[in-house]
Amino acid sequence: MLGYIVKRLVSLAISLIVASVVIFVVIEVAPGDPASFMLGLNAQPDTVAALRAELGLDQSKVERYLSWVGGMLTGDFGMSYTYRTPVAQMIADRMWVSLPLALYALTLSTFIAFPAGIFAAARRGGPGDLTVTGATQLGVAVPNFWFAMMLVLIFAINLRWFSAGGFPGWDDSFWGGIKALTLPAIALALPQAAILTRVMRSSLLDILGEDFMRTARAKGLTARQALWRHGLRNALIPVLTIIGLQFAFLLAGAIIIEQVFFLPGLGRLIFQAITQRDLIVVESVVMLLVFAVIMVNFLVDLAYAAVDPRLRTRT
Amino acid sequence: MSRNLVLGGLLTSVFVIAALLSFVWTPDSVEAMNIANRLKPPGAGNLLGTDHFGRDILSMLMVGARTSIAVALVAVGIGMGLGVPLGLAAAARRGGMLDEVIMRMNDLIFAFPSLVIAILITAVFGPSATNAIIAIGIFNIPVFARITRGAALSLWKREFIMAAQVAGKTRTRISAEHILPNVANLLIVQGTIQFSLGILAEAGLSYVGLGAQPPIPSWGRMLAEAQTMVSLAPHVALIPGLTIVAMVLGLNLLGDGLRDALDPRLKVARA
Repeated sequence: MLGYIVKRLVSLAISLIVASVVIFVVIEVAPGDPASFMLGLNAQPDTVAALRAELGLDQSKVERYLSWVGGMLTGDFGMSYTYRTPVAQMIADRMWVSLPLALYALTLSTFIAFPAGIFAAARRGGPGDLTVTGATQLGVAVPNFWFAMMLVLIFAINLRWFSAGGFPGWDDSFWGGIKALTLPAIALALPQAAILTRVMRSSLLDILGEDFMRTARAKGLTARQALWRHGLRNALIPVLTIIGLQFAFLLAGAIIIEQVFFLPGLGRLIFQAITQRDLIVVESVVMLLVFAVIMVNFLVDLAYAAVDPRLRTRT
Repeated sequence: MSRNLVLGGLLTSVFVIAALLSFVWTPDSVEAMNIANRLKPPGAGNLLGTDHFGRDILSMLMVGARTSIAVALVAVGIGMGLGVPLGLAAAARRGGMLDEVIMRMNDLIFAFPSLVIAILITAVFGPSATNAIIAIGIFNIPVFARITRGAALSLWKREFIMAAQVAGKTRTRISAEHILPNVANLLIVQGTIQFSLGILAEAGLSYVGLGAQPPIPSWGRMLAEAQTMVSLAPHVALIPGLTIVAMVLGLNLLGDGLRDALDPRLKVARA
């Protein structure tokens, strides 16, 4: 197991390095000099030069890459070109919206998908199964941002149960924050729940065909007991993988949903940064998202290997 | 023929025909604004109503279908065009240096969700339909590489491939002449799925302004423009959204139907 962890750690490090180089190079080829952009068209050349020096733009590309990566490792993401505030602070503020939103959506999707998947698998081929499978077909076809708009139309505009957008922050009251994130989380969770339900159902169906399930029935367990005691536990492995992957996609997917609900999260930050050509913010947020995806995949792999020893020998 | 195949095929053809038809005919102009006629609900004159500029929604949806289909189709083309050869090459030298490099690169691209790629590209080159295609296309590459490699690996162990090797064919020729035709069905099914995901991704990207730019009509932007109007005239948001759902649902059903039709073994196993 230790050898496997070391091996995975090395490949994790390589992935992170390559990803950071790719992001840095892409942002680097962006046309336009941030310093001249910040100072406008009428800036004096020596003012621009001074600002370039202050932002560290006069260093070589390699130096700048190293100081960017070095900074991130110590929690220093540099200064925003537009707001002159630390990028780390901006990201930290926005994280308090995006991260709870992704977690909230993940929780909802899991709580919908588990019972729905088990229900469908236990009634394979019956009307209950067909209803659930049909609903998942529809669920994966619905664009989440459109679903979000429909939720606003029904629950915010017509029923007035929720506000149509915005975020009061966590300081006022915890429940106020939760309430503001509820519609966005439902919108994000729906397509994910549909996918997860399918995985749960097909994974359970695979397990139900296994010999040990027949043994369980043969020793006198009812179908229900066999399903709960032996089937579910074994069916969970692929489901957990998907949950891990979904978390990363929820974090990225939250970017679009935040636009629908005017939530001050990472998504708003990144779109503002794009229009203001605040590339250092774009660079850091993208790196953070990619880091999250790579990290989650790594942890899922480890969890997988811990559960299933056969996987440790696979490269 | 299964019900999925018929229903999916029908739904998909409706949209493809509507998109093709829009090149020669639409019920109304998509550019002509008629403010007096704005936000009209569906009915006679404008079958699906009008938007906030008084433009005919049906006509805009037909032209928008063109954008959606073109973006998704080219993106699938990029993914297949690059992903399939990479997958074949990786499988032909299993466990070799090339296999390792290709698969690690795949993992890396996988860490960049298509939205993140689109954001990166947009930050640098500005938003456009072309950049949306590239973003979705790049994301498709590892999907096809992975599925091709997986299927090809199991084929390399089969007798008829060994026979071809004994006959002296090179690995490249075997990949092209024997492996590729045998994974084609799988690729068609996956292609349909990626196509439907491409439609969704394009809608999402144009919704946030990273996709097709005005005046090119696109479903996602129609929804973005509808957002402020949704309480006045729900149909401006409802109709384009349902259109996307129907198109994606059609493609998914078509994919399921094709899988059952092309691989009868799966059908038996599932029944």
